[in-house]
Amino acid sequence: MRNTQAVHSLFELSKSGRRAARLPVCDVPQQPSAETVPADWLADAPPPLPEIAEPDLVRHFTNLSTLNMSVDTHFYPLGSCTMKYNPKRNERLSALPGFADLHPYQPEDTLQGLLQLLFELQQMLGEIAGLPAVSLQPAAGAHGELTALMVAAAYFRDVGQRRTKVLAPDSAHGTNPASARMAGFETVTVRSTAGGAVDLDDLRGKLDERIAVFMITNPNTLGLFDGQVGQIADWVHARGGLIYLDGANMNAILGVTRPGDFGADMMHFNPHKTFSGPHGGGGPGAGPICVTEKLGAYLPAPVVACDGGRYRLDAERPKSIGRVRSFFGNVGVLIRAYCYLRTHGPEGLRAVAENAVLNANYLLSRVQHILPVPQGDRCMHEFVASAAALKKAKGVTAMDLAKRLLDEGFHAPTVYFPLTVPEAMMIEPTETESKETLDAFAAALWRLTEEEPEALHDAPHTTPVSRPDEVQAARKPVLRWNAD
Amino acid sequence: MLQAIGVGSIDALFAAIPAQFRLSRPLALPPALTELELTRHMATLAERNVHADQRVCFLGGGSYDHFVPAVVDALASRGEFYTSYTPYQPEVSQGTLQAMFEYQTLICRLTGMDVSNASLYDGGTAAVEAVLMAMSVTRRESKVVVAGGVHPEYRQVLRTYLAGLETECVPVGAGQGSTDLETLAAAVDDRTACVLIQHPNFFGCLEDVAAAARIAHDAGALLVQAFDPISLGLLKRPAELGADIAVAEGQALGTPMLFGGPYLGIMACREQFLRRLPGRIAGQTTDRRGQPCWVLTLQTREQHIRRDKATSNICTNQGLIALRAAIYLSALGPQGLRETAELCLQKARYAAAQITAGERFELAFDRPTFKEFVVRSRAGGVERLLAQASAAGSLAGVPLGRWYPELSDCFLVAVTEKRTREEIDALAQCLREATGVVSPHPNG
Repeated sequence: MRNTQAVHSLFELSKSGRRAARLPVCDVPQQPSAETVPADWLADAPPPLPEIAEPDLVRHFTNLSTLNMSVDTHFYPLGSCTMKYNPKRNERLSALPGFADLHPYQPEDTLQGLLQLLFELQQMLGEIAGLPAVSLQPAAGAHGELTALMVAAAYFRDVGQRRTKVLAPDSAHGTNPASARMAGFETVTVRSTAGGAVDLDDLRGKLDERIAVFMITNPNTLGLFDGQVGQIADWVHARGGLIYLDGANMNAILGVTRPGDFGADMMHFNPHKTFSGPHGGGGPGAGPICVTEKLGAYLPAPVVACDGGRYRLDAERPKSIGRVRSFFGNVGVLIRAYCYLRTHGPEGLRAVAENAVLNANYLLSRVQHILPVPQGDRCMHEFVASAAALKKAKGVTAMDLAKRLLDEGFHAPTVYFPLTVPEAMMIEPTETESKETLDAFAAALWRLTEEEPEALHDAPHTTPVSRPDEVQAARKPVLRWNAD
Repeated sequence: MLQAIGVGSIDALFAAIPAQFRLSRPLALPPALTELELTRHMATLAERNVHADQRVCFLGGGSYDHFVPAVVDALASRGEFYTSYTPYQPEVSQGTLQAMFEYQTLICRLTGMDVSNASLYDGGTAAVEAVLMAMSVTRRESKVVVAGGVHPEYRQVLRTYLAGLETECVPVGAGQGSTDLETLAAAVDDRTACVLIQHPNFFGCLEDVAAAARIAHDAGALLVQAFDPISLGLLKRPAELGADIAVAEGQALGTPMLFGGPYLGIMACREQFLRRLPGRIAGQTTDRRGQPCWVLTLQTREQHIRRDKATSNICTNQGLIALRAAIYLSALGPQGLRETAELCLQKARYAAAQITAGERFELAFDRPTFKEFVVRSRAGGVERLLAQASAAGSLAGVPLGRWYPELSDCFLVAVTEKRTREEIDALAQCLREATGVVSPHPNG
């Protein structure tokens, strides 16, 4: 049934002389290009783009899309990614011309509706975070992390303290140490206990006056709320350091607790996780950050301000770190987040957290009879199972299970993260899944562990392609289409 | 479900959170809205904005009112594309991966470069990532040279990123509209990692990139060119001009203006720099049945593997916007892109002539330009002029004073293929009338 012709590459489908878009005839008097532009700077021919008729173009990309799993089609229990339903109303409303067709340099009197929306969003995020000073500028979570670390660096420079190090747990997402380096810091890793919490003895030994920031994810990447966070914050603050909260796991605590209340000085949100922004096959996202009043002076400029009902962009911020990107921010993504927050309201957001945690604990209670869950039988919004015992017994790895789950009609969980659990499978159902879906997933996982290992090693069998040779891809990179 | 878990209430599931940290009140947020109420609310907010169908947009500076063919929205709004995840499980992501691979190929064809990544956040961060990459490749961390015609916000972002790294960022003036090559040559030495130059530049002026490349290469530095993707329908490509790394803002390729984002950071480079290229990259390989397929590759450059040794911290990029660009470029094809660029060139030239026909306005720079140009108001009063033009129906230009104090009597005008002769004539007229001067009616 597949249309195999349509998914040939654009360059194979290209036929000289075909085109999709036509342009109007020029309605102004023309001069030859060579009289306006030095001939030496003009290309002999336009770039060799493919030449495709519109129906073929549509058929090509439409068929390509059917080769994907997506939240609209499948359950995606990807730990740390919060693959919740992406509401269609948010798509429709963010695309209104009154939002989409606004130039970033328009005068403020033509932007009062949008500026009001962004101002309200700043306030809502500040309230959810318990940290009042907000920047909507960063373009993704990692970008938000980097921005916050730069804010911290600027603060310490301003108060005349030389701090060169950032602490992060060994279970941290890879963006944490990567961001620290880009901000000019050296990362020092803090060990986790067997139970997945921060090892306080290790932390105590590594805390000194060179530590600028301790980067924590809470709930952590095992899906556990580290109740020591108050103690950790006290110790770090006592040494003059700051606490940064990686907000990737906010889905578990919305309306229940707030990072600003449990000791964080800075945090980022992932609107494309927690606030239902679609993942787009790899973005766009956004990475708004919230910080304490004291650190607010260093935030990127501009921020949205309100003076008696009149909204404006406040760029008069002498201590600001400057800009971390061009233009205001990923406004299209932020509008979707705004719609989501206005849809849920305070009770709704709390219900999101409660149902996310309920669903995860329910799924844990089913999965733990199938695969060990080293952390125990409670979690917040996600948990980590381990295929280590299965590997030992039958030679079946987390990768094998992940690939075979694809045949069963489920996207695989996150595998091999966090690094602290061998053969890790991080499972986050989110609150937008029904009990039936969770039961079906557990039943499928059970079936897989009972299967013959061969079926798993060669999995997946029913997907459009089987396991790609990733070694070959890296060893002999082919990164663009060639005629051969 | 609670029974299966073994607790009496949902509350018990939050026991790990110490009581002192639990909120004892609901969040202070506005109450929930039904879809109907939300729609009404959003319509009210949207109506308080003036958008590009209501007032003719002659604003540029990296974001443009270009035409987006319907196929782009139709295809990019398919749920299988926009609600799918990063393609870490390639077997169920071939749609996304093949589209990424095609996007990369299109960017290589557009720029003449050997390899492209699958996107960065925007033109500004792409320029910065290119500079950081050049510093890594040349192992020169202490100095970079930046041409004055590079977008002021890109230069601001660069300053922010370099603040923690003690790298000297040397500016080269573009007081005449384009980079002074003698000053550039004097600024570049064997400590310089790269020269960053934009062509067409922020003023719309064309630059002699080939000459800048020679200067950079003679000193062992790299040449990073920031380009305008639409301009490549007409102008020589970055690779032909000698650039080592090419970066751009890709918004013009099929994405609405959206008040600044999400946009598209384009980045492409020569083969030999591949291993230091940041961002995700899709590569071709075969599966177990010998079928061609695609995967994210060279991931050892990236944060999830190399952590603090990664080429960048970037994780989520701008995948869907890159998809839009791929669809747009395919819909236009070589002829469509050339024609679009031609229309921008001709209409901008015509607009410049119309606006400067009288005494009131002159072109600030005597340089060849593409799609944009800087107008000087001889008697000043730029803010008032633009406000009056806006009230008369044209968003006439971007005032430059906020970035260039020496140009506070100037504004930047952009003319895309969407602008009609009537709109341009109306612009010229309302600018004349805004000053209170009536000059003889120009005839083409």
